[in-house]
Amino acid sequence: MEAFTTYTGRAVPLRRSNVDTDQIIPAVWLKQVSRTGFEKGLFAAWREDPSFVLNDPVYAGAGILVAGPDFGTGSSREHAVWALQQYGFRVVIAPRFGDIFRNNSTKMGLLPVILPETDVETLQSAVEADPTTEITVDLGARRVHGGGVDAPFEIDDYTRWRLMEGLDDIGLTLRHADGITAYEEARPAWLPATL
Amino acid sequence: MGRTLADKVYDAHVVRRAEGEPDLLYIDLHLLHEVTSPQAFDGLRMAQRPVRRPDLTIATEDHNVPTQNILAPIADPVSRTQVETLRKNCAEFGVRLHPMGDAGQGIVHVIGPQLGLTQPGMTVVCGDSHTSTHGAFGALAFGIGTSEVEHVLATQTLPQIKPKTMAVTVEGALPAGVTAKDLILAVIAEIGTGGGQGHIIEYRGEAIRALSMEGRMTVCNMSIEAGARAGMIAPDETTFAYLKGRPHAPQGADWDAAVAYWTSLRTDDDAVFDKEVVIDATTLTPFVTWGTNPGQGAPLGASVPDPASYADPIQRSAAERALEYMGLAAGTPLREIAVDTVFVGSCTNGRIEDLRAAADVLTGRKVADGVRMLVVPGSMKVKAQAQEEGLHEVFTAAGAEWREAGCSMCLGMNPDQLKPGERSASTSNRNFEGRQGKGGRTHLVSPAVAAATAVTGRLAAPADL
Repeated sequence: MEAFTTYTGRAVPLRRSNVDTDQIIPAVWLKQVSRTGFEKGLFAAWREDPSFVLNDPVYAGAGILVAGPDFGTGSSREHAVWALQQYGFRVVIAPRFGDIFRNNSTKMGLLPVILPETDVETLQSAVEADPTTEITVDLGARRVHGGGVDAPFEIDDYTRWRLMEGLDDIGLTLRHADGITAYEEARPAWLPATL
Repeated sequence: MGRTLADKVYDAHVVRRAEGEPDLLYIDLHLLHEVTSPQAFDGLRMAQRPVRRPDLTIATEDHNVPTQNILAPIADPVSRTQVETLRKNCAEFGVRLHPMGDAGQGIVHVIGPQLGLTQPGMTVVCGDSHTSTHGAFGALAFGIGTSEVEHVLATQTLPQIKPKTMAVTVEGALPAGVTAKDLILAVIAEIGTGGGQGHIIEYRGEAIRALSMEGRMTVCNMSIEAGARAGMIAPDETTFAYLKGRPHAPQGADWDAAVAYWTSLRTDDDAVFDKEVVIDATTLTPFVTWGTNPGQGAPLGASVPDPASYADPIQRSAAERALEYMGLAAGTPLREIAVDTVFVGSCTNGRIEDLRAAADVLTGRKVADGVRMLVVPGSMKVKAQAQEEGLHEVFTAAGAEWREAGCSMCLGMNPDQLKPGERSASTSNRNFEGRQGKGGRTHLVSPAVAAATAVTGRLAAPADL
């Protein structure tokens, strides 16, 4: 996973709530067996509308998406995270996130930032008024500033450390292989096996 | 202080707990399907890691499978490649697979319970958000992403921060003609699509205890639609009776030991939930959705709401956008909405009781002219049982199409899709834009409402016939 410390850049305002993962990456894109090429499917149905915000060239190259509440609800598809990252986003800011999407994001190094609705609205208005507005998301300091906002955000210490170091979970977990084996030896014998 | 059901199951699976770190949670059962696993297996190969516990892992083909001509190769080459990739991966890593055409094949959340692999007190995960279904047995079951699928394959554990707990208590008895699906749609409309975020919901109360296992699975299945991490129901005699004699259920002395443990899996009287909601079952009626998220629902007797009636500007603009997408005018009675497609199936409502409920309504009746009705059993076992009971004859006599098992039109990854502008009454779980096919419009309903709607061509309950 790519390490995340701080990001400064422009932002795209997405004034929609309940942006479910079916919208982020429609199911037809889930048939791929590789991990690449999903940027083409990002918001595929909405991008067919020329007035959709991602089609506005003033937001090209922006690395932050500022969305309404309940972003990433629905399906567990991690492809939604891959699509956002491969399109060029490093951060999504929203008042609330779907749990699985938020979890998937932190596994991949896409930073989900929860800010109050009023701050999200301020950021959206700022980047609509001036698309060149730069916003800084500082994971070390747990702060967002720029666009008329200077606000702290919460993220647990462990996830923050893992993101800043760019560490994968599997390697970290396998340090505790002895503990897993000990747990397995104590499991009740009547638990089911598939083989 | 006492503990909740969720606390008990969670605590029993903590392999390691350390200050400032997530818990390491042991996973008792890992379900796989073709869509969210290929990149995880690739990751294992790259790191030269084996599957730690193939004996706690099982795979099936469901999302891409056509529901017709299943013994022929899949026509769509991309779908075919994905299914073949699962077959290669399962063979290489020693994982049991139920492929298309196998008598054990079906939707991943239908086959786990059917085999008796899903049992009370277990932890169950799958790269699929509807894994919450298995919580109906008092298991802690939740959906994960592909990175976590790889993590479970490699370690049989997951790092977890313990979710909060939420009680949804449904008091009183459901009126006649009101089903588990109506109940959960009403709950989601009440608490919203974000109402359960960060929480494990425990469904409690008289109406929940009275549900069959199929009904409980329908309720827990849609926990994710309320934003919850998982949904659970305390195991009881209904649960034990369902499990007894299933292929992977414990037997003899093991059964007695298991039941003794399962019986302890209930929330203590003095336990405290982080959040509580109480619903009065006696006021519920058949419930349907009118919008583009599962929280946008209303009783069938109501009308399409006026977006201006929402005080919250975000909800108002969401409702405006939903009505535009759905092609609906505010104030239209829901019973006047005409559909061209009816879908009975999915991990929400593709089990035998669901098919019986639909067949019961269709007996001696016909699907309306101009309406296409698909009935897709949740598994090949469900299909076989339905045929044994003659349900398929009821469906075909009524003019419905009787298909093979799979996820089908719930998400249209196979050929079963809505065309742009088509409108369905669907027993599935998501009415998102384009969910059942690009430009398609979805109304979520119960199997009984789906069947009555097929007969009238408009959203209807059996009592309307």
